[in-house]
Amino acid sequence: MNPPRAINPLHVAGIAALACLIALPFVTPAYFLHIVIQILLWGFIYTAWSIMGRFGFVSLGHGAFMGVGAYVPALLWNYEGVTPWLGIPAGVALSVLLAVVIGYPCFRFRVIGHYFALVTLALSEVVLRTITAARDITGGSLGMTQKLAGHSWYALQFPDKRYFYGIALVVWLGGLLVWRWVDRGIEREALEAISEDEEAAASLGIDVMREKLRVTVVSAALTSVGGSLFGQYLAYLNPETVSGIAVSLQIVFAAIAGGMYALLGPTVGAFLTIALNEGLRVWFGTNFIGAANTIYGILLILFIIFMPRGIMGVIENLRMPRRAPAPAPAE
Amino acid sequence: MDIYLLEAVINGLLLGGVLALLALGLNLIFGVIDVVWIAYADLVMCGMYAVYWLHVAGWPLWAASLAAIAGVAVLGVLVHVLIIAPVLRAPPINQLLATGGLLFFLQSFTTLLFGTDFRNIGVRLPIIEMGDIFISFARLLAFGFALVGAVALYVFLKRTYLGVAIRAISQDREIMGLMGVDQRRIYLVTSLIGGALAGLGGCLLVLQYDVHPFLGNTFGPLIFMICVLGGLGNMIGGFVASFIISQIISIGGYYYSTEWAYVLAFTLFIVLMFIRPRGILAR
Repeated sequence: MNPPRAINPLHVAGIAALACLIALPFVTPAYFLHIVIQILLWGFIYTAWSIMGRFGFVSLGHGAFMGVGAYVPALLWNYEGVTPWLGIPAGVALSVLLAVVIGYPCFRFRVIGHYFALVTLALSEVVLRTITAARDITGGSLGMTQKLAGHSWYALQFPDKRYFYGIALVVWLGGLLVWRWVDRGIEREALEAISEDEEAAASLGIDVMREKLRVTVVSAALTSVGGSLFGQYLAYLNPETVSGIAVSLQIVFAAIAGGMYALLGPTVGAFLTIALNEGLRVWFGTNFIGAANTIYGILLILFIIFMPRGIMGVIENLRMPRRAPAPAPAE
Repeated sequence: MDIYLLEAVINGLLLGGVLALLALGLNLIFGVIDVVWIAYADLVMCGMYAVYWLHVAGWPLWAASLAAIAGVAVLGVLVHVLIIAPVLRAPPINQLLATGGLLFFLQSFTTLLFGTDFRNIGVRLPIIEMGDIFISFARLLAFGFALVGAVALYVFLKRTYLGVAIRAISQDREIMGLMGVDQRRIYLVTSLIGGALAGLGGCLLVLQYDVHPFLGNTFGPLIFMICVLGGLGNMIGGFVASFIISQIISIGGYYYSTEWAYVLAFTLFIVLMFIRPRGILAR
């Protein structure tokens, strides 16, 4: 599927953009940097979701992986003094385990469409309720804070936002690479075949179970890493902000609004939602806490109705009008 | 038998009635229109706010309740016309996500109107004492009205022309157009009834619980779970499932804590989905 290579103006633009991103922390105020870090981290998580979402496996359970990713390293650090360098992989391992435990039977018993969405939604509820119920160690719905260690690579805590900016940038780029790797691989063709017709795909010799599990595991692991970094960055965890139906839906929406079929789509979704949120917050002040999300909700409905392929989908269609638009998230 | 356990069982039964009513409404919409309204619990929340607001403004409770039911019923029609109808031919998951946008909208719009405070309607109903068992009259009332609502729906579906048409269309969507049934009209009526049931549920719940904008996040997943457990579109299954789930939550809450009971209920749901994917009553 690789297009023939010449000096691609897009690559030049990409390199220029990257240079700007690297220079950014040295020229911007802390507040602005805070917003860019959020865009990068959420962009990473949305990209992780779209790795499976683009093949029609619409998971409402990514809040579960995010919650596990955020809480496991924080709990290990607070109670056992284990460095997040080990805690984050532990969170990833648990998330992958959850993904397989839920994913395998789902794929085995052909739980798809609505049913897949609702089963994964139940998973994110299980994680949310478990965190809330285990309030003796997690602080329940009051949330928890990591023990502070000042500036420390060992504790992965940095009062200076520029360090987190660097980490977020690297991780985000890593997420894009993984997305591209899935996009370029032979697996993509297999997965697209599966999302169109499982039986037909299986009859062509595609190992449906293996392909589905693979993207699910990759997606869950990346989401878990995103959750961990979010927890480390904010240094405060609350079950409602990292897990549950609201977070899961937010992930799905931003990915769709930005466009989950394009490399930068989920990041555009993150940029859009966060810019909108911050903009409306500044504009309206704190008197109208609901205003941003009210507009957000209306926009989401409009997106689903009028441009299910998202902003990047529309831009791509403008650039390549001959390519027939594939139906958006198939069952 | 432990008296507190018995009390938990009775409370579970009473909660089950209201959940059954809501599951019925969601199930009706799924069975007929083939769409999952993920914001259904948020319509219930709107009904609760309507009763609260009208009652605080001086309306008697019965009038506020009737107005709330009518209001949410109209809201149900609006949801269909504005959100579902444009995506009726889109993949099912898009329909689910469109109502997910509605969820964000309703939650934040009520935040805008009422703030995030927990509001209590301030109606104090008596506690009934039977032997050593205390039963809240509000819950008993809710249970009674929920059953009346369920039976009324049943009679409507069985005995009226429109009801028969609704059941027929849920069995075969394509053929009914040829039989001279106006699909669009049936969908509108179904959305109206689904909305009215959500409104009724709101009236019954506002007597027992404080209302706040994010209430739907607590109730919503529970109601979907019940519908899916019963088999989406299978009303009797949903009825049975709501009592199973409410007992798990009530008895589990008695032995451990409500949160752990929820964990148990959702885990059981996931497991049952793999064992009986078409619902507990599926053949």
